[in-house]
Amino acid sequence: MTSVSPEQVATAVALRSSTSPRRRVVDAVFKLFLWISVGVALGTLITLLIDLITEGWPRLNSDLVVNMPSARPERAGIQSAIFGSLWVVGTTALISIPTGVSAAIYLEEFAKKDRWYNRLIELNIQNLASVPSVVYGMLGLAFIARGVLSFGFTVMTAALILTLVVLPTVVIASREALRAVPNSLRHGSLALGATEWETVYRQVLPAAVPGIATGTILSTSRALGESAPLLLVGALTFVTFNPEGFDSSYTVLPLAIFRFISEARIEFRPLAAAASVVLLIVLLGMNSIAIFVRNRFEKKLR
Amino acid sequence: MSMGDGTEGDFDMTTRQEQARPTDIRVEVAASGHTTESGEVKPRSIVFDASRLSVFYGDFRAVRDVDLPVIQNQITALIGPSGCGKSTVIRCFNRMNDLINGARIEGTVSYHGIDIYQDEVDPVELRRRVGMVFQKPNPFPKSVYDNVAFGPRLGGFKGKMDDLVEESLRRAALWDEVKDKLDESGMALSGGQQQRLCIARAIATSPDVLLMDEPCSALDPIATLRIEELMLDLKDDYTIIIVTHNMQQAARVSDRTAFFSVKVSDEGQRTGYLVEFSPTEELFTAPREKQTEDYITGRFG
Repeated sequence: MTSVSPEQVATAVALRSSTSPRRRVVDAVFKLFLWISVGVALGTLITLLIDLITEGWPRLNSDLVVNMPSARPERAGIQSAIFGSLWVVGTTALISIPTGVSAAIYLEEFAKKDRWYNRLIELNIQNLASVPSVVYGMLGLAFIARGVLSFGFTVMTAALILTLVVLPTVVIASREALRAVPNSLRHGSLALGATEWETVYRQVLPAAVPGIATGTILSTSRALGESAPLLLVGALTFVTFNPEGFDSSYTVLPLAIFRFISEARIEFRPLAAAASVVLLIVLLGMNSIAIFVRNRFEKKLR
Repeated sequence: MSMGDGTEGDFDMTTRQEQARPTDIRVEVAASGHTTESGEVKPRSIVFDASRLSVFYGDFRAVRDVDLPVIQNQITALIGPSGCGKSTVIRCFNRMNDLINGARIEGTVSYHGIDIYQDEVDPVELRRRVGMVFQKPNPFPKSVYDNVAFGPRLGGFKGKMDDLVEESLRRAALWDEVKDKLDESGMALSGGQQQRLCIARAIATSPDVLLMDEPCSALDPIATLRIEELMLDLKDDYTIIIVTHNMQQAARVSDRTAFFSVKVSDEGQRTGYLVEFSPTEELFTAPREKQTEDYITGRFG
């Protein structure tokens, strides 16, 4: 401790943070930029929530979800819209998840990638994912509500249209999950004399379930917020009862909100805000299911 | 077995000589007996026989004209520098090359005299009889028990599964280490244990042959030693073909060794071929080919 050699002093100096000031500034600026980005995203969400809750506070009570729509603002509620949304999104999930996952399994596990028709399908799925949803609404109006299928303005029509909207994303998300399963797993199974189908069904699919569940639920929850395609097929009607089956009339939460806002009387405004909060809660609920499913299966696998 | 007319003009004279030698081996095998402990002499038989086997990936020929008879209850090692096609060849024996787009073979591979590349042969049935252990341990993300039971369940195994699982794990020298954690994930085991689990999984379907594609390359020396001991123990019941880039390993465990080398064409394409296939002791002490000698003494390339 008493004597410090010149070499030691030199080493001590060299070990001090010698990063040039310029590099340190760049470092700090970059970190600041990241913080601002996070701040903007979170800030927007929080502002929106606070604004909605303060405006909708007087109407955020059980009456809101118990009452049916009404021409009188003090008695109006969104029960039929909540049930309508659950029916429509539930049906959409029932149709789109099995179809989408099957399509993903075909494309990822069985399709020969060098065939022109498989490449065409692949390209089209990418494109379909970016088609504006109102276009699907028009298609649905022509071929599902009227025309070939003539299902009318019903839950089934809405679900089929939303299936078209979310299917490409469900397929893409499921393929992503299947692709994440290492090939060594497939080879191990095939080398034991499993057929291709046994390999997919007993090894690949179980290993991909967490990814598929997260991806598909998140894409399906997109259907919950869709309003444009449903505008064209009768979701804007004034419905004062809950759907009783696939052939019932219906309305959905986003369009209930839209109705409240477009009402002439200012008393409907807090209702719109309160209904938006409910929509957000339902959405967060669905996403938490996705996270729950993923965590559960991941624990089981590892 | 065709003696090969050697008319393919793009290959040189050595081919003809190389083709002659495996025939000698087949004669030798037929003549040599296998003396059991009771002193009775059993004739050895050839389980797999590759004859003028070439493997193509698209237009590219990865391996050419391999003649390789594999003798029952022996360990046959395939050695050679990287890219010489030894893994490609071992994957022909259970038709795993079928999974690669554009892969095809010329020549024949017969299993107990049956050509396994003819249309009537179902690769799924073949793979039930020819197990495989891969370079990187690849246990399924399931419990130890389910890893072993997977193969037998596929085959609709009717007996007592618990007994079969225990027996297979014992055979793979893993039972004592995992008997208390059969319900835990196979992925939680150490690398060496995982590889032995993969061996247990492969022998649970009671195959005839075990193919091992560099089974120890991801393992530490102690785990490697255990796998080698296991192989020597297993060869009484199984025929084993092992690919290894470790010459000492081939020398330690195998009965016969095939040395592959690679020829680079003017266009830079690398085609593997069989240089020499001899009893291991002979190959390492008195190689017939200069190339083999150079390789085993470290003077290669």
